[in-house]
Amino acid sequence: MRDVYVLGVGMIKFGRYPDKDVPQLGAEAAVLAFKDAGMSIKDVEMFVCGNLFQANAMNAQRILQQIGQTGIPALNVSNACATGSTAFREAYIGVASGMYDVTLAVGVEQMGKMGLLGGGARSGGESVEGVLGSGLMPAVFGQAGVEHMRKYGTTAEQFAKVSVKNHKHSVHNSLSQYQVEVKLEDVLKSRMVAYPNTLYMCCPTGDGAAAAILVSADKMKQYTNKPVKVACSVLTSDPYTERDLTMPDVNTLTKNAAKQAYEKAGLGPQDLDLVELHDCFATAELLHYENLGLCGEGEAGRMVDEGRTTIGGDIPVNASGGLLSKGHPLGATGVANIYEIVTHLRGQAGGRQVEGAKAGLAHVIGLGSACTIHILTA
Amino acid sequence: MAAEESAGGSKQRPIASMLCLPTDPGEKPYLVGYRCSACGATYIGEGRVGCSKCTATDPLTKIQLSDHGSLYVYSIVHQSAPGIPVPYISAIVDLPEGVSVRCNLIDIEPDPTKLQFGMPVEMVTRKVRERKEKNAEGIEETIDIIAFFFRPSQN
Repeated sequence: MRDVYVLGVGMIKFGRYPDKDVPQLGAEAAVLAFKDAGMSIKDVEMFVCGNLFQANAMNAQRILQQIGQTGIPALNVSNACATGSTAFREAYIGVASGMYDVTLAVGVEQMGKMGLLGGGARSGGESVEGVLGSGLMPAVFGQAGVEHMRKYGTTAEQFAKVSVKNHKHSVHNSLSQYQVEVKLEDVLKSRMVAYPNTLYMCCPTGDGAAAAILVSADKMKQYTNKPVKVACSVLTSDPYTERDLTMPDVNTLTKNAAKQAYEKAGLGPQDLDLVELHDCFATAELLHYENLGLCGEGEAGRMVDEGRTTIGGDIPVNASGGLLSKGHPLGATGVANIYEIVTHLRGQAGGRQVEGAKAGLAHVIGLGSACTIHILTA
Repeated sequence: MAAEESAGGSKQRPIASMLCLPTDPGEKPYLVGYRCSACGATYIGEGRVGCSKCTATDPLTKIQLSDHGSLYVYSIVHQSAPGIPVPYISAIVDLPEGVSVRCNLIDIEPDPTKLQFGMPVEMVTRKVRERKEKNAEGIEETIDIIAFFFRPSQN
């Protein structure tokens, strides 16, 4: 496999765009990435679009119909919340395999004011939501947090601190859906959605798009002398574990992905300068500190207590504001994480810059389940 | 069991195929499991093709799961889809056969200070709604939809 570089990235502000459609949002992000890379659609040899809720709408082709119908191979992927990062990975494979020198990945989603996601399980026509427990995401990630409480004595307050931290980071990200600081007492007092996650501990729904242009080494050298390398690209599915089919196990597939990612990149968690991880709910973030090896088993609560994952701490997590503030337009999220890491590695992150960042990890989980990890290095 | 069963005169139908409502009124409702003959992994519910643990594709053995278990973890749902009464406890219950089930935990306050990890719980069934449907003769009849719940063990 060949080395692959991210030459250009683009992202539109996450929020609500009721007057636009998915192809428009995706096209806007692609154009930003072209401008960033100094390329045009004419340079692109293959294009992957990630979108979840309109996965049958041929969005890749409709984006090309907006920015240039060059006739290149274009494909559409969906992989739950890991949709965007899976699109990025497919574009990565296109270059790594030697088949293409320039590929484009776009992640895009339009959710509007969609409510609680997931669940909806029906059995023989009967709705079971709220009767046989809850399959909705707030309860699923509530249970995952309660499992951590059971194992390690983690407190609701420690989970709430994740929300405080990520909202604090978001203030310096103009592309974040929300840019508002919140106090710990506000988080704890906000409306309970599914214990222990209160409203401010749940990511918002919204619209957004992000894009990345991936290139081979030869191509990279023609355009830049400050390359950002994709040190590894990993995708795992959920292996058999004791309760996974009843209570989605978001831990084991992330641990498996992290192990593979560190091996492939030749790096360890101690070599990372920043991490963007899948904080769809505040509870999830603490679990992933351990799953990604940022701390030992059972130490995540103490890690957030000590501020080690705040910008300025030893391993800043979700400098972008995280899904909790930046927003989580499902298909866009995975590519937006890449955008964030690239921005820091180039030293262009402004008020939220992690100084001297040389290596960053982007992690995404899609329930069902899929996990991607990409490590990027400057 | 997806098929209709009649018990005590009225027609009853389980809310999900993992719940079996025996026709004999002397038999208690139970949850259906399937066990892999190669590795012993146990799954809940119908419709299983093979064993995802050991990859064996031999037919799995149908078993009756226990009606008691222990509370593994839970969440307390305060916000849900329209029409679903809140708050309620969405619980994961471990059964002795080595399989877990997701359910509503009832007859206990939805308050974290009242819930203990590992507490013994038992299954009960209740009618949750009814359906009016025409039978084969075109006559409208009422079918009770029966769901299972877990509650703190009574003994």
